[in-house]
Amino acid sequence: MTEWLNVILQGVLIGGLYAMFAAGLSLIFGVMRLVNIAHGDLIVLAAYVALMVTQTLGLDPLTSLLLVVPAMAIIGYALQRLLLNRTLGDDLLPPLLVTFGLSIIIQNGLLELFTADSRKLQAGAVETMTYQIGPGIWLGLLPLIQFVVAVAVIAALQVLFYRTSLGRAFRATSDDPSVAQLMGLDTRHVFAMAMALSLAVVAIAGVFLAVRSNFDPAIGPARLIFGFEAVIIGGLGSMWGTLAGGVILGVSQAIGAQIDPGWQLLAGHIVFLVILAVRPQGLFPKVSG
Amino acid sequence: MSEQGRNRVEHATRSSRIGVGIIGIVLLVLVLAPFWGDRQMLRLLAELSTFVALASLWNLLAGYAGLVSVGQQAFVGLGGYLLFAMVILGGVHPIAAIFIAGPIAAAVSIPVAALTFRLRGAYFAIGTWVVAEVFRLLASQVSVLGGGSGISLPAAAVIAMAPTRQAREFEIYWLALALTVLVLAAIVTLLRSRHGLALTAIRDNELAAQSNGIGVTRVKLIVYVLTAFGTAMIGALIFLMKLRISPDTAFSVNDWTAFVIFITVIGGIGRIEGPIIGTIIFFLMRQTLSDLGSLYLLIMGAVAIVVMLWAPKGLWGLIADRYGWQALPLQRHLVFDDARRAGDT
Repeated sequence: MTEWLNVILQGVLIGGLYAMFAAGLSLIFGVMRLVNIAHGDLIVLAAYVALMVTQTLGLDPLTSLLLVVPAMAIIGYALQRLLLNRTLGDDLLPPLLVTFGLSIIIQNGLLELFTADSRKLQAGAVETMTYQIGPGIWLGLLPLIQFVVAVAVIAALQVLFYRTSLGRAFRATSDDPSVAQLMGLDTRHVFAMAMALSLAVVAIAGVFLAVRSNFDPAIGPARLIFGFEAVIIGGLGSMWGTLAGGVILGVSQAIGAQIDPGWQLLAGHIVFLVILAVRPQGLFPKVSG
Repeated sequence: MSEQGRNRVEHATRSSRIGVGIIGIVLLVLVLAPFWGDRQMLRLLAELSTFVALASLWNLLAGYAGLVSVGQQAFVGLGGYLLFAMVILGGVHPIAAIFIAGPIAAAVSIPVAALTFRLRGAYFAIGTWVVAEVFRLLASQVSVLGGGSGISLPAAAVIAMAPTRQAREFEIYWLALALTVLVLAAIVTLLRSRHGLALTAIRDNELAAQSNGIGVTRVKLIVYVLTAFGTAMIGALIFLMKLRISPDTAFSVNDWTAFVIFITVIGGIGRIEGPIIGTIIFFLMRQTLSDLGSLYLLIMGAVAIVVMLWAPKGLWGLIADRYGWQALPLQRHLVFDDARRAGDT
């Protein structure tokens, strides 16, 4: 019994990480209906940026966020302004294929620079600290920090979306980009800000991913899929929904892995497909796509 | 209006007549390849023709029906695994297995479509990818087919195809060529049919097509199922040529989707000629740049982005727009009967 409680607890905590993968994806889809196929590879890119920062400056991974987050945000802004804005329009194909091409470029660029070796960020003592919260039930400090950060990120996005002028610009552009432009909003800038914000979240997710487990240039697509599944499970456009989606995905994978290690990923995919079959709008939908 | 003065719809143009002539000659040269090419040349041509088929099928799906899938590796791998399962577990002849794999995959694609069609646009793309991942993970659970590490085709089944190695190589090559011609012929027939008119309308403007009474979802479903059918047959053939299958090679997103998308985009998406031109460019690039390793893939991704942004109709699109060429008789144009014209004036 306690074994299963531990498993579910681990699943919930990893769900926070998945929710962060999902939040960035959901954000840009909400604002500009763009699905970024390179999202997972950008998470991995953030992990490598953090690796370089920690190695060259000798910083602790969590402190490195102070540099990695702005760096990724700038990359996001530039990427949107210089490349992705050109792809937006009625046709679905250009954004999809351009981000797919980008995904291939990032993966192979990282492979060229860092080889296929697996890497990991060392966070020191934080990694091994655990607390006993009940008879036989253990809670790691790092997973806990990661989950709290995920909740904080999602709460911050929620506040930003509904309480700030940037959020108002996001919502206006999301509702109708041409009217938003008529009202004096520069939609190219608004889209670029959304991508910057998305990659800021990606940076946080990337650093936690890199501290938690090994990473190599090829793991991006799987992260995209986890994020995507969390978005669909939670319901399009709902920020708290992505957290719920991430947690459901994390718990399903943890339970699957407990039954048979080969079933970890499969269990997550199957729960996603079942939800798609019985409740295609997701559990907490907000906007229709 | 006179009785015999009926207007006709013709497909052929002067360029398409020349095009069909050239294609006929090229095809003849290719059929005779075993007599002029060496073993390596045959392997290359067979591989090339499987990519023409895969890209043409993806083009039909994404370019015409607007179903941008990044999960067609699901059906390539399924076809491959069906062939191995039938040959190893059922003792079916490998070539028969190719033709059985098609309808089975088509049947599998119906429930897959029922799920993935719930996702729209780009989310559909990732949804198809999840399905391919599920197939990959399931394949690695099947221990009689080698589980995660894969399995080779038993020597007895290979020898049963043809006694000598050379005869086998000729057989496989002709099979690859025949299947590709079959796939292309099926696509051309489909596009020239009533459904093809509907598909072209959907390609040009989905909303307008729908308001003109086209059952868009139905047409898309038909295309999705047919594409699965063809993709699985080609998949079965590919792994019959490789003689070995594993979950990672069978359901590889790079080999069966990234390359195929690259080929179609470069050649010209939404045009039947595009994948053929694209495959030739892809193989030329591969032969010259493959020494560069991962840098080569990086260049490929960059070329695809550049083409998508600045020449979204691809190379053939540029040519066709400029000169009005079509290599195959697909366009419809109205031909006024001379008698009627004379009668009217």
